[in-house]
Amino acid sequence: MKDFEFHRPASIKDAVALVAGTSGAKYLAGGQSLLPVMKLDLAEPPALVSLARLPGLADIRVDGGTVAIGALCTHDQVARSADVAKAIPALAALASHIGDAQVRNRGTLGGSVAHADPAADYPAALLGLGATIVTDRGKHAADSYFKGLFETSLADGELVTAVHFPVPRRAAYAKFAHRASKYAVVGVFVAETAGGVRVAITGAGATVFRSAAMEAALTSSMTPGALDGITVPADDLNADAEASAEYRAHLIGVMAKRAVAALR
Amino acid sequence: MPKLTLSVNGQPRTIDCANATLLVEALREHLGLTGTHVGCDSSQCGACTVHVDGRSVKSCTMLAVEAEGAAITTIEGLAKGNDLHPMQAAFKEHHGLQCGFCTPGMVMSACDLAARNPAPSEGEVRHWLEGNLCRCTGYHNIVKAVRAGAGDMNGGK
Ligand SMILES: Cc1cc2nc3c(=O)[nH]c(=O)nc-3n(C[C@H](O)[C@H](O)[C@H](O)COP(=O)(O)OP(=O)(O)OC[C@H]3O[C@@H](n4cnc5c(N)ncnc54)[C@H](O)[C@@H]3O)c2cc1C
Ligand code: FES
Ligand code: FES
Repeated sequence: MKDFEFHRPASIKDAVALVAGTSGAKYLAGGQSLLPVMKLDLAEPPALVSLARLPGLADIRVDGGTVAIGALCTHDQVARSADVAKAIPALAALASHIGDAQVRNRGTLGGSVAHADPAADYPAALLGLGATIVTDRGKHAADSYFKGLFETSLADGELVTAVHFPVPRRAAYAKFAHRASKYAVVGVFVAETAGGVRVAITGAGATVFRSAAMEAALTSSMTPGALDGITVPADDLNADAEASAEYRAHLIGVMAKRAVAALR
Repeated sequence: MPKLTLSVNGQPRTIDCANATLLVEALREHLGLTGTHVGCDSSQCGACTVHVDGRSVKSCTMLAVEAEGAAITTIEGLAKGNDLHPMQAAFKEHHGLQCGFCTPGMVMSACDLAARNPAPSEGEVRHWLEGNLCRCTGYHNIVKAVRAGAGDMNGGK
């Protein structure tokens, strides 16, 4: 790994200024995505700006119909939060199945959302619940946030500070996990929200996406059987050593049914 | 080179190391604590697991500079003189190791679980140890050892 400057600012303002001040500088949260990439020399940032000392970014607040989770909350913190488990049990369960215990002890919500790995779990919850991504300079609706492979609507140096999840009536997430890493080969988040039924699919494409056909079918009847015969075309799906595009298309149907059966 | 101050197994330590130094390199190469192993160096196997402020982390996937001011516990910090820590004793008793390469990471990971859950079920142990790979044992005796060790740590025996 190439050496780099290391900063540990104590305010959001300083963190943003430090990243803006050095071309190619990056924020460091839990390091569970960034450090593996740096160790392979696939990223060589000249400076890292640690978020560890920023105040107020590791809180979880449930306020009426919204669960607000700070960007620095670890996956473990979300998985073990009694407040999250009560308001959105599907979200706490999703967090408890990210990677493994050590990854959950370090990895953060903000890092996962900023990184936008195509096989990450949180993006399915953000899109499935219609969450809002809050940053140092504004807000992004999940519907227009995930742009493509590792690509989001964040501007250069924009810092994610929190994600606001609207509490659904019912929701569930089902994933077919990669055997070693636990990343989603396919993960489907189904939610009955105030704005209607939402189905978000991760692991299968370049980024998380919704299935209008599944949403329409589940709006008529919220049963696993309602999804019989509804398929997502394999054309644009990922193919790799783990699964072909056709197998992923098949898994989407299976995981969607499992999620519907598990709604609560 | 930046100076880094942290506590390792209860002792204050100062290390001069480059910012790109991983925590596992600081422990093994700067402090000579070679009980923490490097299996994959790619965040998968858990052989490098240590505790940072009581929580299990993969020390090959954390920068040493991020541990500034933190309390680190490694496998060397568990036994009291010749008395094995209850989790170590349980691994010995239940044959939870063969070659022993994965064992320091397994034990550190298991101690984090036992601190949160004094009586983990078999399923809970298996879910918790997903980040620790063993190429020898087939895991059955590791699971037995962790359940027994958790009981002993939490006042059994
Ligand atoms: C073995 C292993 C297994 C894993 N399995 C899974 C899995 O099953 N499911 C899953 O979803 N993930 C998995 N992950 C990834 C893990 O969840 C990461 O923690 C997460 O993707 C990134 O979060 P982080 O805090 O570690 O971010 P970092 O690695 O620190 O940062 C990632 C990127 O986001 C940027 N960034 C970080 N925080 C912010 C912020 N607040 N604002 C703006 N930019 C920011 C950084 O600059 C960097 O570019 C796994 C990782 C490992 C090592
Ligand atoms: S050496 Fe750190 S996870 Fe394998
Ligand atoms: S005992 Fe040999 S790798 Fe686990």
